[in-house]
Order: sequence, then structure tokens, then C-alpha cells
Amino acid sequence: MSKTIKFKLISVFSFISFLIIWQICTDVLHLLPPYSLPSPIKTFSTFFVKISSTSPDGSVLPIHILASLQVALLGFLSGAVLGTPLGITMAWNKKFDMMVKPVFDLLRTIPPIGWIPIMILLLGIGTQAKVALIFVSSFVPCVINSYTGIKQTSHIHFWVGQTFGATNSQLLRKIAIPTALPFIFTGLRVSLSVAWMSLVAAELLAATRGLGYMIQIARTIGRADIIVLGMLLIGSIGGVLSILLEYVENKFVKGGV
Amino acid sequence: MENTGTVTAKNIMIKCNSIFKTFESKDDENEVIRNFNLEIKENEFVVLFGPGQCGKTTVLNIIAGLEQSTKGEVFVNGRKITEPGPDRGMVYQTTALFPWLTVMGNVEFGPKSLGVKKKERRERAQYYIDLVGLKGFEKHYPIKLSGGMQQRVGIARAYCNNPPVILLDEPFGALDAQTRYLMEEELGRICTKEKRTIVFVTNNIEEAIYLADRIVLLTNCPTTIRKEYIIGLPRPRDYTSNDFLTLRKEITSEMDETI
Ligand SMILES: Nc1ncnc2c1ncn2[C@@H]1O[C@H](COP(=O)(O)OP(=O)(O)OP(=O)(O)O)[C@@H](O)[C@H]1O
Ligand SMILES: [Mg+2]
Repeated sequence: MSKTIKFKLISVFSFISFLIIWQICTDVLHLLPPYSLPSPIKTFSTFFVKISSTSPDGSVLPIHILASLQVALLGFLSGAVLGTPLGITMAWNKKFDMMVKPVFDLLRTIPPIGWIPIMILLLGIGTQAKVALIFVSSFVPCVINSYTGIKQTSHIHFWVGQTFGATNSQLLRKIAIPTALPFIFTGLRVSLSVAWMSLVAAELLAATRGLGYMIQIARTIGRADIIVLGMLLIGSIGGVLSILLEYVENKFVKGGV
Repeated sequence: MENTGTVTAKNIMIKCNSIFKTFESKDDENEVIRNFNLEIKENEFVVLFGPGQCGKTTVLNIIAGLEQSTKGEVFVNGRKITEPGPDRGMVYQTTALFPWLTVMGNVEFGPKSLGVKKKERRERAQYYIDLVGLKGFEKHYPIKLSGGMQQRVGIARAYCNNPPVILLDEPFGALDAQTRYLMEEELGRICTKEKRTIVFVTNNIEEAIYLADRIVLLTNCPTTIRKEYIIGLPRPRDYTSNDFLTLRKEITSEMDETI
């Protein structure tokens, strides 16, 4: 108990020191000019202004955040919903695996960013292209991790199931999938962070809204405060998302290892 | 030797009919069982006792249907064994509990697979959890339990499915001596209360004498039956009684000749 409190105190302390050092380097010592790195105070005030201001990029901050979240979550969820069952089926069914794996292995080595040009050609620069990109980038880790997870099932556990007369589908649902669950969640976690990162990359190239777009516009007109604000928001929203996922994982994965 | 007294075909539960087993790999053949014949009566407690690596687990796995014999067949209750099934419960050498299920979840796994209604299987699971002395631990996950407690769960899980045959593969091999004695006493108690046909594998002579109706002494690999001992000592048995110690000496010296 006291250990976790201590740990939290240290985290808070490190965070505050980071802000203080940043403040000293900028506003106090002027090591860096404000047009290249704004102070934390300046960034904070930009944050409050930008909540309700549409300049310079045409949308208020909450709209940017929502736009990014919407694309990221849509892409992530569809990647997870299709990728996880695909990985499970590949690991469970040899024939299916032999059929699908070569194609999957070829496509999975293409980095998410590499998909951007073709997505833009196919689907334009609207939401669809970005969702498709996020889908591709979260799909791959979901497949790989659920596949690996199913393969981890101990043969003794299968034996136990068989001596209890479990059917093939019971072996999958009651033994292999529970074994794979921690791996499946690893896949989801990786997917989520990859999704979030490739989203920003996509928005830098082609968008009309979203945090990446906001940063991009700020860069063209030299608004370092908005750039830094965007970066911090991307970081913290990514953090919040993974905490939420961890919460869900703790609900589902039981018994620890 | 083959025929232990006046066994009628009717109450023979397990029959191993000249079993041979050779494991084959690419460039190697490993003959593990050579002409193994055994008949086990209903509700008999048979201990397969043999040196390490002699093939005890393989014999048990063949009876369980988890492994196929190279030659010969096994009959359980008159039916030829080709695959594992709910008529033969198994307790494994290492803990084979499902870590993602609670004690209750593990114990009720068998009846649940067979579609037994929740209320009935809960009651049954609870009965066996109590029987192995784990009352109050129903909601614990295996990782939180000691080795001895985990094997108790394994035993309860095997019993809960109500199989006529229970196969135990050195279930106490990984436990410390103290816990081991305790578990042997518990299993002895459970077996007098809940009659089943039991095949118990061990390489511990005290354990064998303490639990067995009959000890089947196995030879080294490729293994077969060397000698059988009917253990008539009254239960519960006393590890330190003279009869116990005499038997122990007799079997041990026989065993030493084997090696
Ligand atoms: N699946 C397998 N493939 C190849 N060889 C095997 C296999 N299973 C067992 N063996 C070999 O068969 C022999 C007997 O193994 P087994 O596990 O049956 O012995 P055991 O008496 O149970 O040993 P222990 O005392 O260690 O439990 C060993 O030499 C082992 O290497
Ligand atoms: Mg063994």
C-alpha cells in the first residue's frame, strides 16, 4: 500500500520537475526562443484559448480531438474485431492457416505509413481513407498476437479437456481462447498505440480536421505553442486510452501468471 | 501370476492386453513398454511402482487414451479404448489446473463440459471441494494456492466428473515430505469414502504400500510387470508398523535387483 503511494508520489514529482525545468529553460533563462519552444505556461494558456477558438485552422480544439478519436477508435475497433478472430482461426485450423498465412505474411511487413498513398488514391483524404489506414495498422498486431496466444495452449490442458469429454469447439472456447486472452490483450494494446500513432501521421499528410492536422497548420504558420499543445494532447490521450484498455483487460483476464 | 485369484470377467474394470509401445522419431526408436498385461478389478486401488523414466506415465496415458499403444489393446468396462473420455479421470504429475478459472471453476469443469445443470454441478463440485479439504477456497485462483492445495483441486476435479476409473500420475511427487504424508492420508480417506477403480503411479515405496490394494512392480525400460504384491494391511495404515516395514524391505530389495 505505502509502496504504491510512494510510487505515485515519485511519478508526480518527476512530472512537476519536468514542467519546472521546461519553464526555467524557456521563460526564465530564455535558452530557446518562444517561436521554437513555448513555455509550459504559454502552452497552457493556448490550450484554454484554443478550446473555443477556431483560428488558425478552422476548428476548435474539442472538434480536433473528437475527429481524431473517432477515426482512431473506428479503425482500431474494426481491426480488432476482424483481426483477433482471424488470428484465432488461423492458429486453430491448419488448412486455413496454410491458405491465409502466405498472403498475410506478405502484407504484414508493409509499415502502416506505407499504406497512406494508396489509401488516399483509393479513398480520398476523407475519414474513410484514415479509418482504413488505422484498420490496417491495428489489424496486424491483433492477428499475430491472438495467433501466438492460441499456440501457447499447453497440451496437458487439452488432455484435461479431452478426458472430460470436451468437444472440439469446447476445447477452443474453454481452453485455447482463455489461454490466449493475455496475448490477445497484448495485441490490442499494441494495436491501439500503433493506431493512434499512425493516425497522427495520416492527419499530417491528408486531413481537414484532427490533432495531426492542427499541428500541421500550426507548423506552416510558425505557431510553436499549438504544435507543443497538440503533441502533449496526443501523448495524454494515448495514455488515457491505454489505461482504459488496461481496465478492461483486468476485468477479463483472471488468475494472473 | 496373470490371474489374481478368482476374478470373474464381470467385475474386471481395466484390462491391458499385451501392450507394446515404441516411440519413433526420425532416426531413433525408443521401446518403452514390452508386453504389459494387467487386469484391474472394480474398485481396486492398484499402484504402478517402478524406477524413474521406466515408462509409468506412458502406461497410464495409454489407459487414459491420450497415447496410442503400438500393439495390444486396453479395455475399460469391456469397451476398447481409442481416445480419452469422461469415464477415466486423470490427475497429472505436474499441476494441470486452468489458471484462469477459480477452484470452483476448475472442479466443475468436467460436469460443465458434459452439460450438467448449474445447480447440480455446483452442489457436486462443492461436495468434492469439501471432501479434499478446500472449503473456503472456492473463489481462489490456482496461482494463490500451494502445491499441495493445487493437487487437492486436481483430485477434486477428477472425482467431480464421477468417472468409474481415476488415473493418478505421481500426484504428490512435487510436494515436500510433510505435505506428501498428509496428502497420502487424505487420499486414503477419500478412497475409503468414495469407491473408485484407481491406478496410481509412483516411485515412492511408502506411498505405494500406504495406499495400494495391490502393488504392481515394473521393470526398467522397456517396462513390463516384474512382480505383484497384494497388500492386505488394515486401513488406515501405519507407516511404522512391523508389517509395513517388512513389506517395504521386501519390495525394495526386489526393486534393487531390478535395477
Ligand atoms: N512423447 C514421447 N516421445 C518420445 N519419447 C517419449 C515420449 N514420452 C515418453 N518418452 C520416453 O519414454 C520413456 C518413459 O517415459 P515416461 O514418462 O513414461 O516414464 P516415467 O516412468 O513416467 O518417468 P518419470 O519417473 O520421470 O515420471 C522415457 O525414456 C521418455 O524419454
Ligand atoms: Mg512419469
